[in-house]
Amino acid sequence: MKFLDYAPAPESQALLNLKPDYGLFINGDFQLGNGTPFSTISPATEKQIAMIASATEADVDTAVAAARRAYDRTWSRLSGSDRGKYLFRIARLMQERARELAVAESLDNGKPITESRDVDVPLAAAWFFYYAGWADKLDYAGVGPNPAALGVAAQVIPWNFPLLMLAWKIAPALAAGNTVVLKPAETTSLTAMLFAEILQQADLPNGVVNIITGAGATGQALVNHPDVNKVAFTGSTAVGRMIARSVAGTDKKLTLELGGKGANIVFDDAPIDQAIEGIISGVFFNQGHVCCAGSRLLVQESIHDEVIDRLKARMNTLRVGDPLDKNTDVGAINSAEQLQRIRELSDIGVQEGAERWSPDCVLPQEGFWFAPTIFTNVSTSHRIARDEVFGPVLSVLTFRTPAEAIAKANNTPYGLSAGIWSDKGSRILAVADKLRAGVIWANTFNKFDPASPFGGYQESGYGREGGRHGLAAYLAPAVRPGSRSKTAAVTTAAAAAKGDTAKVSADKAASARKKATK
Amino acid sequence: MTSPAFAALATRERTTTILGGEATDANLRRYLHGIPGIDAVGLEQRASGLGTRSIKTSSKRWAIDKIVSLIDLTTLEGADTPGKVRSLVGKAVAPDPSSPDCPRVAAVCVYGDMVGAAVEALGSAHSARTPETPDAGIRVAAVATAFPSGRASLAVKLADVADAVNAGADEIDMVIDRGAFLSGRYGQVFDEIVAVKAACAREGGPDAHLKVILETGELNTYDNVRRASWLAILAGGDFIKTSTGKVAPAATLPVTLSMLEVVRDWHRLTGVRIGVKPAGGIRTSKDAIKYLVTVAETVGEEWLTPQLFRFGASGLLNDVLLQRQKMTTGHYSGPDYVTID
Repeated sequence: MKFLDYAPAPESQALLNLKPDYGLFINGDFQLGNGTPFSTISPATEKQIAMIASATEADVDTAVAAARRAYDRTWSRLSGSDRGKYLFRIARLMQERARELAVAESLDNGKPITESRDVDVPLAAAWFFYYAGWADKLDYAGVGPNPAALGVAAQVIPWNFPLLMLAWKIAPALAAGNTVVLKPAETTSLTAMLFAEILQQADLPNGVVNIITGAGATGQALVNHPDVNKVAFTGSTAVGRMIARSVAGTDKKLTLELGGKGANIVFDDAPIDQAIEGIISGVFFNQGHVCCAGSRLLVQESIHDEVIDRLKARMNTLRVGDPLDKNTDVGAINSAEQLQRIRELSDIGVQEGAERWSPDCVLPQEGFWFAPTIFTNVSTSHRIARDEVFGPVLSVLTFRTPAEAIAKANNTPYGLSAGIWSDKGSRILAVADKLRAGVIWANTFNKFDPASPFGGYQESGYGREGGRHGLAAYLAPAVRPGSRSKTAAVTTAAAAAKGDTAKVSADKAASARKKATK
Repeated sequence: MTSPAFAALATRERTTTILGGEATDANLRRYLHGIPGIDAVGLEQRASGLGTRSIKTSSKRWAIDKIVSLIDLTTLEGADTPGKVRSLVGKAVAPDPSSPDCPRVAAVCVYGDMVGAAVEALGSAHSARTPETPDAGIRVAAVATAFPSGRASLAVKLADVADAVNAGADEIDMVIDRGAFLSGRYGQVFDEIVAVKAACAREGGPDAHLKVILETGELNTYDNVRRASWLAILAGGDFIKTSTGKVAPAATLPVTLSMLEVVRDWHRLTGVRIGVKPAGGIRTSKDAIKYLVTVAETVGEEWLTPQLFRFGASGLLNDVLLQRQKMTTGHYSGPDYVTID
């Protein structure tokens, strides 16, 4: 036998306890949606996993109203430390149910179980832990003493990191004292539904987080809702533009985290074996469905051939297949639609004269698959060097001097990420200083940490998520007596004036914890 | 120059061609310091990634037997006696008396003065290699060159080697002069390896194979490990070996990975295959399987043969045997169901 044909090592699905149908999570309960339910499938097999409810405008209205009520009556009145307790509890529950979340994520999204197990789920929990710690320290968030929450946050997230993007959005919003209506992507609602169960388990006050599912129209209705104070979106630049247009002229605060065409710059003095690993993880991590993917490789001309040789040899060892197999490196493409786009752009690459190469790998019959692919002989004008492919496709370009590397790396309408590979520290700093990208990795790639802000330049969006900056995006400066107050603050004040005595104390939190850990 | 042409050259000549000059301190320094560096974080991350491969069922069964056949069963104690060596040899020949189909280990590894005892105890199980049966029998490996410190004159080291070879050692595990290496006297390290290699020659029989121990725990950085690996290979070592087992840390997965990368690059350059031997600190089947994965995914599966990969270990064998029994019977036994050597 061949040792490298590792025997199947599938992660068990036995601990998954999925329902056949999922409703909308509004005001602490699952309710039927008014729209026509749709099925969510496993992209690796095209088999249905569950039916998901579809929210209409009326449902969106109900969800936003629930969030507003929760904001006015409970969440905005809790002390920071009490909000923190809920966040810590959510984080711990995510860790407790980590294996289950990972399996559900891989099943629904198509990403390898090793990634959901080692990256997505632990990071999602880390995000909640990190922002739990911030909840009672908002004075230090950088917007002055005693900052105010914004109110109701409308959040729309993509399908590439369903649970992680949910955590990126919900954790800072709640820590800052906002309530949330979140819409997961149409193809990947499953872990958001499990997360809703976790919120019930954590006894989070009703309405603080509402999760509504559906297609683009649901998201559109949500961000356009007049009673929303903040819109946060992660997804494509085209949709981001639409949202920016619809939010323009309103009081809504907006953060957009959009596409990218990250440059991974490899200098001739790079630690070569690690650079190869970085190129691989930069573009094939999560099937390349990463907005900050290093999809443009800029390699110094003097080592181009060697890098390509080594890269191809390494790609030959990538294992493409069943996302639930613990030895899979590259999983399934998330949807037929995305697969179509990757195929189209790759074909255009060939037509434009670039040279296409993929390792020999047998792709499964069912499901959506695309072999890891590199294009050499790419020039800066090619579409595969400019458009975001959002798939396991790498375009290789060359440069001769650091100045040329910087110029080529910056020559993109995007500006989300970049990588620099060199053994020379001073060169890394000098080049990083001139790159226009929100995150720049040195001798590594695709590393995330809740303490580090993330966001982009130009068409990659605006606003930052993560770290102190990500928190400030959900806060407004304190309302000084006599000054014009913000909407949210007025609402709170009005609610208080009405003598609304809804009060959630730490006692409640303690009883909920007992419930959660039983 | 093409790979086959390289392979045909004698060591000195080949090195001169690669270095573009004699193996002087200056030339070696220029060459070794021109090799791309290693990013420690990235290397360790890659090693831990390889360590997460899940080797189950039929793959695990194959791996377990493979590990046994790659072990250099070792005793390197001041208290070693011919009796202890005989006991070790008994274990090497029949690792699991309850299971006749259990493979034999690759070699026994002893101090030079115990070679005679090992050869005698092995008897018919010790057959020297012939071109027809390169894998036949259990080999005898001897540590030499003032192991483990290497602090002796060259004459003493060479006498140590000659002694072991004359007593019938099939393999010599030498140590490099780490002091000379760390102070940049690469030429001296190179010349010593060349001299030891010459001392491995045996009249009227096959030469002893040379394993070069880098003692990576004393080299401290991955860049040093990489340079020492190149140096040892340039000087004609058949194997590069991590450690003596007397210095902590001994073998680690990242260090072994970096050495395998050198071996892979050397094969790419010259077409010649060099062996790798992690030694010391590998005690469980689980760890050993991580090494097999790392070998297979870095240099290729063809390296998983006793000619190209060994584990220097003593305690490892019993853990592997326990796993083997578990896979056969379906339940765990205990330390009393495997023999101590």
